[in-house]
Amino acid sequence: MAHFVIPPIRHLLTRWGIHPDAHKFPAADLGIVDAGLPPLIVLPLAQQAGAPARPVVKVGEHVLKGQRVADPAGAISAAVHASTSGTVIAIGEAPMPHPSGLPGLAISLRPDGEDRWVELHGDPYPIRLEPAEISRRVAEAGVVGMGGAAFPAAVKLALGQRSAIDTVILNGSECEPYLSCDDRVMRENAADIIEGSRLIMRATGAKRVLVGIEDNKPEAIDAMKVAAHPFPEVSVVKIPSRYPMGAERQLIYTLLGVEPPAGGRAADVGVVVHNVGTAAAVWRALRYGEPLIERVVTVAGGAIASPRNLRARVGTPLQWLIDRAGGLSRQPARMVVGGPMMGVAVGDLDIPIGKGASGVLALTHAEVGEREPSACIRCGSCVSACPVGLLPLEMANRIHAGELGQAEDIGLRDCLTCGACGYVCPSRIPLVQYFMHARGELVALEREGKRLDRVRELTEARSGRLEREAREKAEAQARRKAERAAAAKKETAA
Amino acid sequence: MEQMITAVVSLTAIGSGLGWILGTAARRFAVEGDSRVKEVEAMLPAANCGQCGFPGCAGAAEAIVAGDASPTCCPPGGKVVALAIATHLGLTLEDDGVDEGPLVAVVEDALCIGCTKCYRQCPSDAIIGAMKQLHYVFAEACTGCNQCVEKCPTGAISLQSLPATASTWVMPKPALAA
Repeated sequence: MAHFVIPPIRHLLTRWGIHPDAHKFPAADLGIVDAGLPPLIVLPLAQQAGAPARPVVKVGEHVLKGQRVADPAGAISAAVHASTSGTVIAIGEAPMPHPSGLPGLAISLRPDGEDRWVELHGDPYPIRLEPAEISRRVAEAGVVGMGGAAFPAAVKLALGQRSAIDTVILNGSECEPYLSCDDRVMRENAADIIEGSRLIMRATGAKRVLVGIEDNKPEAIDAMKVAAHPFPEVSVVKIPSRYPMGAERQLIYTLLGVEPPAGGRAADVGVVVHNVGTAAAVWRALRYGEPLIERVVTVAGGAIASPRNLRARVGTPLQWLIDRAGGLSRQPARMVVGGPMMGVAVGDLDIPIGKGASGVLALTHAEVGEREPSACIRCGSCVSACPVGLLPLEMANRIHAGELGQAEDIGLRDCLTCGACGYVCPSRIPLVQYFMHARGELVALEREGKRLDRVRELTEARSGRLEREAREKAEAQARRKAERAAAAKKETAA
Repeated sequence: MEQMITAVVSLTAIGSGLGWILGTAARRFAVEGDSRVKEVEAMLPAANCGQCGFPGCAGAAEAIVAGDASPTCCPPGGKVVALAIATHLGLTLEDDGVDEGPLVAVVEDALCIGCTKCYRQCPSDAIIGAMKQLHYVFAEACTGCNQCVEKCPTGAISLQSLPATASTWVMPKPALAA
């Protein structure tokens, strides 16, 4: 029934987005290669969206591959597991892929080389499990969204149990240039993805699965179609190549023609979106009981000698991955973890990859294409590129003038920070940087405001307490005085 | 005699009549203090630290409403309070309300003699300590009102800005003109 869900006219009318050079080859045509065991594994505790995980191991403890080393802390968080067997040598700050370059908490492991697994509990027929049990086991395995945002997968599944979900969309668009890890996973592990998507369908109570794959990946589409063939409820749909097709709202609109309300979620229109890699991880978590401890990473860019896709353990340092891809052929102008559009520029090759790291890119000067920004010529290119229909130039103007509230009024919160506006800007204005600055500033103001509110409560509690104490003291004094007076009276009477 | 009685009675009547009118009018048409003062006072941190140069937060609120002080005059409140007050009163902040981030008190371990003076002074109970014990400031509850710094006999307390962590870091604003 799904073959008529896309009226092609909608695609002709679509105006948003950009068409950057894909740069997917040669990595996309080379098979996934195992990255092997690095001499040091650094497991970031804040590698998922939400709260950082809480360590449950001690320094010096020996852990097995797949053993849980950190518990989720809070409703939105995910467990972290050891990606090989070895000894915990440190729990503390380590370099992290973060735009600030500031370190984050991590558990460092010295591998013992044996790579010995903890005992795993799979299920030969996981599709028979109850929906709640599926999301429980997904949480147990620490599965997070593998497209980049690393949102805990179990939280999304549980969300599906609370609201009526009718369609599961698998995101196989991989719209960021350079990246081909999802493409390779779809070509090589199509069956795992389809099985995983059926488990997600069962967990959320949806009726069908739509797999959206951009038309620049014909081999992946073929492989997925073959794997989906036995299941009538799963359909693979070819969608146009365009950035940011992989953004949740854009993908939903392209596939279904509906848009979640501003500020709302995909679940509001009965949809839940997962990355194809996440679906494969869900399958492996339930069928084999394997926690999410490895992922496929694209190591590419003009400065990489032989770009390719590597199956790497979570916590592998960037330097190790670059060496497995032939090393650097020249000095890169910028190192990026993730995609070139939304990834994080990093300066330290000791930084480990997390569960959400889809790529490690070493880009040359020509590829970065950085120029000095000049004044806005009001050409409107950013407006037509914006996938959400915002006015990036206006927002940037207001933020520049310090009017963050006004920028919020014209849609700052709806911005995906996809970078399409900055990419097309002929004046090379760092538009996204303005938006990220403004958002960060608004969050910081809100946090500080809440803190001051709590402090005010403390202050009021203290002055109340001091008043009460003074009053009690005065009362006690008066009582004593009265007693003394009574005693004196008695004495005189006697 | 009769004249005197008439005069006394009529003057008493006029006096009490006018007095009643004045009394009623004073109650009926009473002008309360500017309600904005109370509103602004509620936004200030209530630390009554006096760093603004006014007698407590109430005094500062009055001065701000009267236009004698800028909303940025409150160091413990910082940017958040300045922005909130400016928005509430419809004022514009000349200098963006810029500050170098919130300051909090930090106790230098080696200098603290455990005299409890700071901890008794702290308006928000942000300091923990006891006689002859090392004192500690909970940054989360500290407004940087400077009162403990003044009380400390050994100069062990200083105001410092908190270093940014990955979760509190904000991307800097691009330097160029858009």
